[in-house]
Amino acid sequence: MLTPQLEVQLIAVIIAAACALPGVFLVLRRMAMLSDAISHTVLLGIVLAYLISNSLASPLLFVGTAAMGVITVWLVEMVSGSRLVREDAAIGLVFPALFSIAVLLISRYTGNIHLDTDSVLLGELAFAPFDRIELLGIDLPRALIFGGGALILNAILLALFYKELKLATFDPALAATLGFSPAIIHYGLMTSVSLTAVTAFDAVGSILVIALMVAPPATAYLLTDRLPRMIGLSVAIGVAAALSGYWVARWFDVSIAGAMATMAGIGFGAAWLFAPQRGIVAQALQHRSRRERFAVQMLTLHLLNHESTGDAAIECHPRHLIEELRWPPAFANAIVRRAEQSGLVRRQGDVLCLTEQGRALARDL
Amino acid sequence: MAFAVEIEDLTVAYGDKPALWDVDLRVPQGVLMAIVGPNGAGKTTLLKATLGLIKPAAGSVRIHGQPYEQQRRLVAYVPQRSSVDWDFPTTVLDVVMMGRYGQLGWLRRPGRAEREAALAALEQVQMADFAHRQIGQLSGGQQQRVFLARALAQNAEVYFMDEPFQGVDAVTERAIIHVLRKLRAAGKTVVVVHHDLQTVPEYFDQVALINVRRIAAGPVREVFTEANLRATYGGRVALLGANGSAGAVTTPTPAPGD
Repeated sequence: MLTPQLEVQLIAVIIAAACALPGVFLVLRRMAMLSDAISHTVLLGIVLAYLISNSLASPLLFVGTAAMGVITVWLVEMVSGSRLVREDAAIGLVFPALFSIAVLLISRYTGNIHLDTDSVLLGELAFAPFDRIELLGIDLPRALIFGGGALILNAILLALFYKELKLATFDPALAATLGFSPAIIHYGLMTSVSLTAVTAFDAVGSILVIALMVAPPATAYLLTDRLPRMIGLSVAIGVAAALSGYWVARWFDVSIAGAMATMAGIGFGAAWLFAPQRGIVAQALQHRSRRERFAVQMLTLHLLNHESTGDAAIECHPRHLIEELRWPPAFANAIVRRAEQSGLVRRQGDVLCLTEQGRALARDL
Repeated sequence: MAFAVEIEDLTVAYGDKPALWDVDLRVPQGVLMAIVGPNGAGKTTLLKATLGLIKPAAGSVRIHGQPYEQQRRLVAYVPQRSSVDWDFPTTVLDVVMMGRYGQLGWLRRPGRAEREAALAALEQVQMADFAHRQIGQLSGGQQQRVFLARALAQNAEVYFMDEPFQGVDAVTERAIIHVLRKLRAAGKTVVVVHHDLQTVPEYFDQVALINVRRIAAGPVREVFTEANLRATYGGRVALLGANGSAGAVTTPTPAPGD
C-alpha cells in the first residue's frame, strides 16, 4: 500500500502529465488563455450536474463539464466573431460570467456540501488521499483514478490524432482542403482540455490547471524545435514541477498546489533566460558575437582600402579605429585582438596590416 | 473542351458588402491561368471560396465535372506564405509530408511512402538539402518552395496558388515557373493569384481579370488587352505594348506586406 505522501506525489505527477499533453497544442495554437477560461467555467458544469443529479460522483459531472468547456469556447468565439470585441476581451467577458454564476449557485443551493470557492482556486491536494474509492477491488484515491483516466485518455487521443492535430494547428486552411475539419479537431481538443481540467480541478484547483497546461509546454517550446520532443519535454517539465513543488511545499509548509505552480513558473523563467538558443542570454551572446564578427569584417575591409595608399600610417593605426570609426577603445582593442588571433591581421610596428587570409576575406565581402 | 474548374455565380459578401459578385469562371484542363486584379478585388477571396474555406453567399464549384466536395483529392492549395506560423516546431520534410495526409485520411500514419513522396517533391523545387531543417530557418523564397513542394506531394490535378511569386528571390521565381511548366506538360491545371502584370504574358496561357466582378477571362492573347485592364484597374494602368495587347504593363500596386 502506498503512503499518503507517495499518493499525493503520484497524483500530482499524473495530473501534471495529463495537463501537459493538450497544453502543448493550446500553446502552439496561441490559445493558452482558453485554458484559463475553461478551468474556471468547468465549475459551472460541476454545479449544474450536481444540482441535477444530487451527487458529486455522478458520471453526469463529466458530461456537464465537458459540455461546459465546449460551450465556453463556443461563446468566446461567438462574442469575438461578432467583431464588436476582440478575442482576449471575449475570454475575459465569458468566463467570469459563467464562473460567477457557478459561485452564486454554490452559495445559494449547495451551502452544506464539499464545493467551496476556496478549494476551487487552489484545490486540496493534501487531502486527496482521504477521498477514496474502490476500483477492481483496490482501494485508491479518487483523484488518482480520475487523473489516471485523464492521462490515459489524452495519451490515446494524442496517439490516434497526432497527425490531425499537428496539421490543423500548423495550417488549418490546408487541413480544411484535405478534408480534416479544423472545427472538429478544435472542439475535440477543447473537450479533452475540459475533461482534463475537471479531473485536475478537484485535486489541484484551477490556478494549477492553468499553470500545468501552459507553463511546461511554453518552457519546452523554448528548448526544442521538434514537436515530438516538445511533447516529451512538456510532460517531463510538468512532472518535475509537480515533484519539486511537493517537496518545496513540505519544506516550507506551504500550499502544495501553490508551490507546484511556482516551480512551473521558475522553470519557465530559467528556460526564458538560459535556453540554449532562444534564451535571453544566448540571444545576447549571439548578438555580441555577430557584432564582433561584423566589426572584424569592417576592420579588414578598412585595411584593404587603405593598405597601399599614402595615408596607411594614419588610417591603419589602431588609434584611428577609435577616433574615426568611433569604436569605444575597449571594443577596438578586442576587435584587433580577435582579428590577430584569427590570423587576419598582424602588426607591423604601430600599424596594422592584413595577412593573405585577411585580404582574401576582405575581397570576398 | 474539358474544364478543370467551373465556377458559377460565386458571390461572397462580408456583411452586406460584396467581395465577389456573381463570378463565373471556367478554367480549361492543362493550362496555367493567372488571376489578376487590384488590391481588394477579391482574388484571394475567390480562391478561398472556391476551396470552401469561406462560405459563399451563392454559387457552385465543379472540379473535373463533379462538385468540389467530392473532388477534394484532385485539388491542391498553396496558401499565402504568411498564413502560417513559421516558428512552429517542425521540419521542412514534415511540412511537405502534410501534403500526403489527405490520401492517408483519418488515423493512418505517414510512413515510408509518404516520406519518399515528400523527398521527391522537395527535389523538384531544389530544396532536398533542407529536408531536416527547422522551418523557421528558411528564407521567404525557400518557404514558398516548401509550400510548393507540399502541393506537389499531393499529386493533384488542379493546383490553386495564392501569390506564390510575392516577395521571392529570382532563384525561387525561376524554380516556381519551372515547376508550373512541368505541371502543365503533365496535363495538370494551375490557377495562380498573381500581382505582377508584366510577367502575365510570359508565364501564363490564360488570365482572369477580377475586380469584385469578373471583368474578363480567357486566353492571354485575347483577353489581356488595354481596354480590359482599364476596366479592371481603372485609370491606373500604363500600357507599353504598341498594339494594345499582350504588351508589358506596369501597375505598381504595392500589396500590403511587400
